[in-house]
Amino acid sequence: MIELKNVVKEYPNGITALKGIDLTIEQGEFVYIVGASGSGKSTLIKTLYREEKITSGIIKVNEYDLVRMKDRQVPYLRRELGVVFQDYRLLPRLTAYENVAYAMEVIEKRPEEIKSRVIEVLEMVGLKDKIRRYPSELSGGEQQRVAIARAITNKPSVLIADEPTGNLDPDTSNEIMEIIERINQQNTTVIMATHNQSIVNNYVHRVITIKHGHLVSDQEKGAYRYEA
Amino acid sequence: MKLRTMWRHIIESLRSIKRNGWMTFAAVSAVTVTLFIVGALFTIIFNVNNVSKQIEKDVKVRVEIDVKTSRNKENTLRKEISKISGVKKVSFSSKKNELDKITKTYNSNFKMFSGDANPLSDVFIVETTSPNKTIKVAKEIRQLDNVKTAQYGGEQAKRLFKFMSEVQLWGTICIVILIAIALFLISNVIRLTILSRKSEIEAMRLVGATSWYIRWPFLLEGAETGILGSIIPIIVINWGYSVVYQQTVNGLMNAGYSLFAPGMFLFQIDLLLIVLAIIIGSLGSLVSMRRFLKI
Repeated sequence: MIELKNVVKEYPNGITALKGIDLTIEQGEFVYIVGASGSGKSTLIKTLYREEKITSGIIKVNEYDLVRMKDRQVPYLRRELGVVFQDYRLLPRLTAYENVAYAMEVIEKRPEEIKSRVIEVLEMVGLKDKIRRYPSELSGGEQQRVAIARAITNKPSVLIADEPTGNLDPDTSNEIMEIIERINQQNTTVIMATHNQSIVNNYVHRVITIKHGHLVSDQEKGAYRYEA
Repeated sequence: MKLRTMWRHIIESLRSIKRNGWMTFAAVSAVTVTLFIVGALFTIIFNVNNVSKQIEKDVKVRVEIDVKTSRNKENTLRKEISKISGVKKVSFSSKKNELDKITKTYNSNFKMFSGDANPLSDVFIVETTSPNKTIKVAKEIRQLDNVKTAQYGGEQAKRLFKFMSEVQLWGTICIVILIAIALFLISNVIRLTILSRKSEIEAMRLVGATSWYIRWPFLLEGAETGILGSIIPIIVINWGYSVVYQQTVNGLMNAGYSLFAPGMFLFQIDLLLIVLAIIIGSLGSLVSMRRFLKI
């Protein structure tokens, strides 16, 4: 479960990106965070994996209190979260297989476990035939699939996706959404920041709208209203 | 940490050393120069201190007799010296005998000074009852007639100590400057590594690698750079010291003194240099990690 109470984030330059956000997300939910550029949705996403520390308020992810936790506990919080970005952020000198395996190696999983799990997740995202390809040899959609595979390989309870379809055409975006839907069906919470109106309207889930750092609407089975 | 993980870090850091090419070479060179000076200085200081201590313990006063002194007057002088309190034994060594000692220890070329050409003086070797009596005895001997010089070990030790304190001061200044240069160069190399591995660091952070897991390869790269820099100084100092030891051992032994034997002494110096190399390298890494590695 994710819980935010009166979360305020003020940057050192004086800009207040989040102005008192209250939000609760249950385990297994699928939540869109929508809003215009600069509305604060990316900041909100970053506070969830503690890339940014909040200025005031309460923020809890599963058993972690992100305000009180010590810096050395942050890696353990992040092992419970998978993060996917618009620009994939794969390691260019590693193959698809190695990129996914890397996520398990750095948290010191056993080699046998790594091998079977990496094959399993790459198969799940439909890249079984391309495990030896380097990112430069893959299309944008395929790279995003590798990024998703990497994000879920450690079986996180939450998948955070910041504009995962931002660089992709509509068909490829739909393919990515199908994968994310499948992940969500396995009781993984999905929090996805997006601009993509058709995705929000086609794959209907809870929609949280952020405007100027405020949470302006929270709709169960909502739709993306363009004026937001 | 698991052995497998450590191995992975070592491979990664070695790869990075290779990748950084000339920058690594510059850093290694700086460490090499630094450690060479540190090693040479320590070797000299330890040995001079050792010899000085041996000299301080010496109970002998060496009295050179004026060249023109007759046998009779020499005998009178001997009796006068024997009467001084604290004198245990007085033995005579002729100038021929003194020249023979030098010829034997150093070079047969000194033979050309034999006979009338011998510039040395006859000598009384005065043994005192304890080392602290040498100053007083030497002082009193200097008051006597026909005495050219009366020297005791303590005096030489004092001179050596004074000289060594100068060497230590300038040596330390050099070492501090060189260590600063080495640290600067190593931290620059590590900065390059951090920048070149930016995306990997990002990926590691996101999937929950611990901060030490991320730091280890950088720390190892610094330490390995240090160790690489210690290889040449260790070889040169080991070789150089062995040569110097072989060439001086006889001379010093005749004078009753000795340098540290190479075996254990060099092992300790080598160990010191390696430890210092690792410290300098790791410290250089830490400087860069503090500034550029955001975890």
